[in-house]
Amino acid sequence: MAGEPPGVQMALTKSELIERIAAQQTQLSPRDVELAVKTLIEEMANALAEGGRIEIRGFGSFSLHFRAPRVGRNPKTGASVELHGKYVPHFKPGKELRERVNQAMQTESSASDSESSGDVSVAARTGS
Amino acid sequence: MTALTKADLAERLFEELGLNKREAKEMVEMFFEEIRRALEDNMPVKLSGFGNFDLRDKSERPGRNPKTGEEIPITARRVVTFRPGQKLKQRVEAYAGTKS
Repeated sequence: MAGEPPGVQMALTKSELIERIAAQQTQLSPRDVELAVKTLIEEMANALAEGGRIEIRGFGSFSLHFRAPRVGRNPKTGASVELHGKYVPHFKPGKELRERVNQAMQTESSASDSESSGDVSVAARTGS
Repeated sequence: MTALTKADLAERLFEELGLNKREAKEMVEMFFEEIRRALEDNMPVKLSGFGNFDLRDKSERPGRNPKTGEEIPITARRVVTFRPGQKLKQRVEAYAGTKS
């Protein structure tokens, strides 16, 4: 039953991320924080665009994976097209990120131990 | 090419924005910490121009110790996945073009 976790919240966007950091800042103005966040994202994108890697301890690493050339097909005409090899960005979460995210899920599921009995009553209600 | 690290990112903030070294270092830490915190709260992160960090819940599945062949279940877990944005994908593909 892999898939979307239950109770997915709205995503954190760049502007929301800027606000959250700015709220904790005593030295830098919100404008500085905005510039800093945009610079960080740009530098990371630049590194990958130049074929480099990114290694952030406790967060994870980004690298490029090669996709071999292959023959594809135009789904409309059936004609075959040669697709050349390309690089795609790949992220490998680091230990701290993996553990924190996973631990949060374990805590959630032990907090909702009554979940299964709840599901039964929902099923019973929809059935009647 | 060596990998880009937190120290490199802090250096760029120092050079490009004139943050002092302590501010720059703190900013880099906060940036990644806030992303981790959101993911820990089961909240995906969308950074336009870069990509999305999503969460997936995996149920338990059978596994094997590759050394001993012993069967051990891989426990249910939540994992982070990264989906690069269109813009980043195109920029990275363009690099492949210059290499071949």
